[in-house]
This record gives sequence, structure tokens and C-alpha cells, in this order.
Amino acid sequence: MGSKIKSAAIFKDNLQNFFFVLPAFAIFCIFYIYPFYKMINLSFYDWLGIGPMHFIGLSNYKELMGDHLWWDSIWHAGYITLIALTFQNALAFALALACDREIRMKRFYRVVFFIPPVLSEVVVGLIWNWILNPEMQNGQHIGLLNHFLYTSGFPQLVHNWLGDPKTALTTIAIVNSWRGFGWGFIIMLAGLQTIDKQLYEAAKIDGAGTWKTFINVTIPMMLPVILVVMILTILGCMQVFVLILTMVNEGLVNFTDVPVTRIFSAMQSTNRFGYACAEAVIFGMILVSISFITKKLSDKAKQV
Amino acid sequence: MQKSVIWCCCLTLVFFAGCSQPPKPSNKLLLWHWMTDRNDTFQKLALQYQKETGIEVTVELFAPSDSYSQKVIAAAQANVLPDIYGILDKKSIVAVFIKAGLVSDLTAAMNADEKSWKNSLFDKALADKRFDAGNIYDVPPGIYGVPIDVTNEQMLYNKKLLSKAGIKTPPKNFDEFIKDAQALRRVGITPFVSGWGELWLLDCFASNYAFNIMGEDKIFATYRGTVKYTDPDWIKVFNVFAQLRDNGVLIDGIVTKGNKYAEQDFALERAAFSFNGSWCVNVYHDMNPDLEYGVMPPPPMSTDFPLKIWGSAGSSFVVNDQSPNKDKAIAFLKWLTAQDQQVILARETNNLPSNKQALLGVSPILGEFAKGMVQATHPNIWPLNEDPTVSEAFDKGIQDIIIGEKTPSQVAQDVQMVKDSQMNKGKH
Repeated sequence: MGSKIKSAAIFKDNLQNFFFVLPAFAIFCIFYIYPFYKMINLSFYDWLGIGPMHFIGLSNYKELMGDHLWWDSIWHAGYITLIALTFQNALAFALALACDREIRMKRFYRVVFFIPPVLSEVVVGLIWNWILNPEMQNGQHIGLLNHFLYTSGFPQLVHNWLGDPKTALTTIAIVNSWRGFGWGFIIMLAGLQTIDKQLYEAAKIDGAGTWKTFINVTIPMMLPVILVVMILTILGCMQVFVLILTMVNEGLVNFTDVPVTRIFSAMQSTNRFGYACAEAVIFGMILVSISFITKKLSDKAKQV
Repeated sequence: MQKSVIWCCCLTLVFFAGCSQPPKPSNKLLLWHWMTDRNDTFQKLALQYQKETGIEVTVELFAPSDSYSQKVIAAAQANVLPDIYGILDKKSIVAVFIKAGLVSDLTAAMNADEKSWKNSLFDKALADKRFDAGNIYDVPPGIYGVPIDVTNEQMLYNKKLLSKAGIKTPPKNFDEFIKDAQALRRVGITPFVSGWGELWLLDCFASNYAFNIMGEDKIFATYRGTVKYTDPDWIKVFNVFAQLRDNGVLIDGIVTKGNKYAEQDFALERAAFSFNGSWCVNVYHDMNPDLEYGVMPPPPMSTDFPLKIWGSAGSSFVVNDQSPNKDKAIAFLKWLTAQDQQVILARETNNLPSNKQALLGVSPILGEFAKGMVQATHPNIWPLNEDPTVSEAFDKGIQDIIIGEKTPSQVAQDVQMVKDSQMNKGKH
């Protein structure tokens, strides 16, 4: 009899707990699980976005495997990410190191370096469109960059930066890095400030110079932070989209296509929702794989 | 505790049941649109309509048009479309909406009172909304939308810049256009600007010349797959862009330029010619009220076939067939496209009215645009359209020619490869 009462009480407790969790669980299912399931499901269909859906099995995936524009777009996103991982993060680390020291106006620099990431991508795109404008009016370059190059004695460097396939993607990658380095800067600066100053003092007593201290103290202590910044950079840059749309509209032919612009184009221009979903599934798998590999590397680095 | 649990369950049930309550007829209409520049006038007209009839029309703006388009598709899937809305998509997609029972057939209303409503509107604008018997989309024949204005895409020329280069009259043919462009370059003026970063505008310009070079039968034969893109006539079309590039006609960066920037360039007199739609009259007026310009069709390259321009219904509305207020929605659209309201819309928004009688009240420059409706055509009224994937390859190929990456023949081969692949898949 006693055990029956006890089990009824446990059941009641569980039921109560279940109802407390239910709203969050329902929201999670409705807004995360169901759309995710639906996207995978749609990738097996030929569908215009409305009207009848035709089941075509793995055809979208088969087509995707041979779609060189899609794989080119992955490479383009990879290139933008590579520039960000190197140029952007190196700049962020260097500036964080500079601002970690006792320099004049360091608070001012911290604010200035954090302005680009606070700006919306649309604003950044519009500003850089103006800076990179290749046109001339009344014999004067309208774009700030070309005007500067011309007036400072480098007319041979004046260029249509976004209109030339050789420079368009690199230009976008640099603008993306300019916009993104502020995040890395703030995270790395926070990381640098958590390093125990006694470690530096001990290194100094042991006779280590600036370089040796940097290599043997700063870098190992900063490794977890650097890895976090790297993961965020990879995930952010692989999904770059708005910046490209504002800088080159529907793209310079296919030279500036990235996965998200291809997915957008499949849905918007050609109304191939099923194909767009297949692209999204493959892209998601690529991002998850990259995150998984980086996480493994991060764990290994922490063990070392 | 048990009571609380039961209450929770009941509330949840009520919440979900409330989501699917069917709408009831009322004196209220809901209209969704995407036209930022016309929103104030719509709001004003809605208030006027309420005063006249007692029916309240709530006008809701969702911009930009891409987001609006996605919203309409999502609302259609969830069956929560408003009484009146617009479908900003290809005719094939409009057909799907109709077949899903989401668009009312307005033929009876149009034909009432000896077709007074139908006859008051531009026929080419109505054609855009009409599905004829035996149409390829299997839609029952009828008129499924109401154009509230008409638009066409033509070339514009800056009178002051042309006269600076010693050009007295705008070019009559393509050769004259190239010569004028060279004359403009000699005096340091950029000849031509357009927003060809937006592929549809580039596609529109190219199809103007395709009509002129080979005529519509051959174009549609290509879409059917019986003529190849490697045909000499299509190479001539691609060659138009090679000539524009080689003769320095185009502004730098034209292939990534959005139309807003192109409009700015023309309004600020950075280029002598432009290719744009009739809505530009309003845009240029806002940017530079003193701009002196004229309108002309793109200069023809050949005398074999007439050069056709794109022109049809600019913006249009459809009535939701599921709406309990269907008749009231139709009555409102009839009122909105009547002469008096159309004059207000044309005056306040500088767009070409869809009502022919309202043309008397438009500005001279809009009048010039209106003349172009005679030679207007539009993909929405063609018997068939090209596969979107092929169109994308076609437009991107032209961009390749403009930036000097590929020759017209290479692009023709590339486009034909995509066409063959789509034909093999049975997509056409």
C-alpha cells in the first residue's frame, strides 16, 4: 500500500515536471526540430514553393554533387574564411596585444576597433561600395580608394576592384575581415587580461625576453581563446551573405557566389525549393563537420 | 495541483483551437502590398473609400519586395492570405496560386456593365493577368488580377549631356548609338548606365534585341528546344554586349551595379543614357527635379523584325478566393482603378496609370513612356517562358561577355549546355 502511494507521488512529481518542461520542449520542437525535419524532407522533392510536390528521391543531391557552381561557391566561402582566419585574426590579436599594454588612449582605441562589427552589414557594404566606386565624373575618381591612389602618385593601381574577377572576391574578403576583426579583438583582449601577471614576472626572472615570453607564456595561455575565435570566424565567414548582396548585388557572374547566395538564388530566382533545401542540408553538414574537427583540435590543444 | 494541470491543458487546447478559427464576413478588408513609394497614397485612398462606403480597408506594407514575396508564399502555405494581395512572381507561380484556390477569377466582374471595367484598363496590362483557353499552365481561362498601374522599360537620354557632345537628336539605330557613345567619351562623359547587377534588367535589355534580331517565333522555338542558343542570331544578340563593351559604352562596374545606384548615376548626370522602367520618373524627380531628359526605345540593330520592349501591368492586386469578403474586395479594386483614383495615384506617385482615361492627367515625360506601350511585350504574356536555370546561365553569360571573360560564341555554347541538361531532365 505504502509503495503504491510512493509511486503515485513519484508519478505526480514527474507529471508536474513534464508540464513545466512542456512549453520549452514544444517551442524547441516547433521552431527547431520541425523546420529541420521539414528541410531534410523537402530536399527529396521537386517543389516550386507552393502547389504539388513531386518526390524525386536523391535526385537533388545527385545534381548537387555535379553542380560546379555550388562547389565553386564553397571554395569562395572557404577563401573568405581563410583570409579572415589569417589576416583578420592576426590583426585582432596584434591590436589586442597593443591595447593590453599601458598605452595612451587605450580606451579610445578599444571603442574605435569595436565600431565596424557594431555596424550593420548593409551599412558596411554601402560604405565600401562608395569607397570602391570605380566611376569617374568630370575627370575625377568618385571612389575614395581610386581617388587616393591617383592623387598619391599610384595611378597604375587605380582599379575596378569589385568589377574584376581577379580582385572581386579578395576585396570582399578584406572588407569582411575589416568588419569582423572587432569581435576577435574584444574576445582576445578579454583573454589576455585573464592571464596571470605572475607568469610574466616568473618568465622575466628566468631571463626570458619579450619574444620568448610571448611564445612560451602568452600563446599557450591564449590557445583556448584563439580556438574559440577561430570557430566563430569559420562559422561566421562561411555564412557571409548580406555583405555580398550589398556590394555586388546578384554577383559578379559566379565569381562572388557563396553557398548562402546559391541557396537564396535557388529559392528566389529559379523557385527550386527542394534543390535549395538539399544545398542547405549539405552546407549544414559541412559546417557541422568543420565545427567538430575544430572542437577535436581544441580538445587536443588543451591536453597539450 | 490537479486543477492547475487541467487548466494548463485547457488553455493549450484553446490556444491551438483559436489558431484555426475560420474568418467571418465583415466590413473590413485587409490589403498587403510592397510599394513603399505608394503607401501614403494607398492609405489616403483607403480613408477616402471608408468615408464613401463605410468599408474599412487596412493597408499593410511589407518591403522590400523580396521579403514581401516570401511572406506571401508562406502565408499561402498557411492559408492566412489577406483579402487583397499581389503575387510578385512568374506566371507559372501565379498559376499555382490560382490552382490552389487562392486567387479569384475576376472575369465576371470585369465583363459586367458591358465590360466597362475591362475596357477602361490597358489591354496589355490586363493580358498579363489573363489566362487564355488552352494555356500551358492548365489554368481555367479568366482574368485573375487587376493592374493598378502599367510600366515599361525604355532608354532615357540626358538632353544637356548629349548637347555637350554635339549630339542634336537621340540615336535612331544601334550604329548611331555607338557613334554617339564615342562622341560622349571624347568629351569625358560616360555614355550608358543601367542596374545590370540585377539580372532581370539585363535579361530585359537582351530580349529587346532578341526580338529585333530574330523575331518572336525563333525566340519561342529556342525555348521549346528546337533552335539552339548557338544559332548565329543568338550570337548576334550576345554580340550586342561585346560591341557595347568594346566601344566603351558601358559605365565601369555595370555588372554589379544595383538599379538604385544606376538611377543615382543618371539623375546626378554621371551618364548620358540609361535603361530603366517608367517608375524612374518618380525617382529622378526626387533626386534631381531639374534633370532634363527624354525617353526612347533602345536603338534597333536590325530592320528585320520590330524591336519590342518589356511593358505590362506594373503592380497589380489579386483577390483571395478564400476570403469571405471577396465581393467587397473586388468592389474596392474596381474603385481603385476608376479614373479619379487613378489620376490621384498617377499624380502623387508619377507612375503610368492602368486606366486609359487617367493618362490625360500625367506629366509629358510619362506621356512619352506611355507611347511605348504600343510596342510592349512581357514574359508573362508569352506562350511559354525559358527555364529559369537556363535564363540564369544566359544572364550570367552576358555578364561574362561584358567583363571580357568570355566571347559571345563561348557563352552561346555554355547556355546551350545548360539548356540541353535541363531538356534531358524534362524540366521544360
